[in-house]
Amino acid sequence: MRRLLPPLLTGLLLLAAWHALHLALPPEQRFLLPTLGRILAAATERAPQLLTATGWTALAALGGLALATTTAIAFSLLLASSRLVRAALYPYVMLLQMMPVIIIAPILILWVGPGLPSVILVTFLISFFPMVVNNTQGLLSADQNLVDLFRMGKATPWQQLWLLRVPAALPYFFTGLRIAAVLAPIGALTGDYLVGTTTGGDAGLGITAMIYSTRSEIPALYATAAIACTLGWLFVSTVAATAWLTLHRWHDSYTQN
Amino acid sequence: MPPPVVQLTNVCKRFGDAEPVLHDLQLAARPGEFVSLIGPSGCGKSTLLRLISGLTPATSGHIDVLGAPPGRTDRLAYVFQDPTLLPWLNVNRNVEALLRLRNLPAAERIARRDQALQRVGLADRAHHYPRQLSGGQKMRVSIARALTLQPDLLLLDEPFGALDEMTRDRLNEELLAIRAEQNWTAFFVTHSVAEAVFLSTRVVILTAGRITAEIPVTFDHPRTEDLRRTAAYLNLVADVSRQLRALG
Repeated sequence: MRRLLPPLLTGLLLLAAWHALHLALPPEQRFLLPTLGRILAAATERAPQLLTATGWTALAALGGLALATTTAIAFSLLLASSRLVRAALYPYVMLLQMMPVIIIAPILILWVGPGLPSVILVTFLISFFPMVVNNTQGLLSADQNLVDLFRMGKATPWQQLWLLRVPAALPYFFTGLRIAAVLAPIGALTGDYLVGTTTGGDAGLGITAMIYSTRSEIPALYATAAIACTLGWLFVSTVAATAWLTLHRWHDSYTQN
Repeated sequence: MPPPVVQLTNVCKRFGDAEPVLHDLQLAARPGEFVSLIGPSGCGKSTLLRLISGLTPATSGHIDVLGAPPGRTDRLAYVFQDPTLLPWLNVNRNVEALLRLRNLPAAERIARRDQALQRVGLADRAHHYPRQLSGGQKMRVSIARALTLQPDLLLLDEPFGALDEMTRDRLNEELLAIRAEQNWTAFFVTHSVAEAVFLSTRVVILTAGRITAEIPVTFDHPRTEDLRRTAAYLNLVADVSRQLRALG
């Protein structure tokens, strides 16, 4: 309970500051910073639409993240397997990382059609690279002494992989996953904004926000933003909790009590 | 005379085109010997251990380890400079790790593990993780792991170098106590002349990749901490130090 007190107090202070700021603005500009009451009202009015949109964005984020995670694991295993493979492929991984999703978004629509498939693809592309890089680094991070120990213990390459390299890679894996968990909801929302459509019935938060924007429904926009933040928070918290469960007993990044 | 546990004949080692690290080495160890290798840094002591263990091949010459080429026998155990524990496993799992690699049946594996842990005095830490252990404790776990292999030959590469003097002295005595029960032959690399003299039956000085002196150490076993205060011991340590400085 005591640990909840500081953030709770800060929260109350922020709410008070928000309201104060709203009142500090001249009346004709107060629409720029609606009161929380107005924002909540706007959210409740549009609750069904917002809930469905959140559902679609969450689905896209999860789908893209899951796809990215599995592909990144497979790809990093490939990259970690030999120096030659790394030399051959790594430069292209680095290069593709920089690809601006905004620019290739129209191409994605041509490939898989607008709506959910494109959004999942956008999310995938955004989440994939941090995980590949971290996983590969992790798989290669095993202490040379440990590798020698396993060699002398006549370990098979399979044993070396599963009993040494993969466990050593876990902290790095979670670092990559944490980054991807932040990017995935944002990616899904941005993707929805770029390649989403209202006609397919799978409109997410991005398209919904765009509609509110064109109609100048500002409290609704704030509400959408708040929902997006909460969604992102849920993703990151889940990853953080999983990381804690897996690592807290042995990894230095968790303080001992 | 029983056959040597380790025999090196005309062994040379060079890495790539660089200067040889080891020149024309002749060295043998009989069963039950405790051979310490001392010498200036970079003179090839660790490389020599790696040759015997089979981690690195010799460039030329012949090495015989327990009747076979290096890397074949499973009666050899290696203790690294670093405790080299798997951080994601607890002490129990770490100690039995090598036995798991060999797919030893569970009953035997557990028996050997518990016995080894008992022998190094860490049975009550069985469920701790490496990061909860002190340096000395981690090293003991590393030694316990080596002991589970029931080796005939133990290779130790400066295992106590990172520890404080008191812990190091205590671990020296414990190591000798274990040896008294288990009778393995040992090659021990160290920078400490005092440690080398305390532990060994023979001290070998390695300088610039060549064996430049071999000094027998004839103190009786069991050797206790009292030995460290005797004039005979201190004189021998001084003598070996002098030789080392003259040669290095």
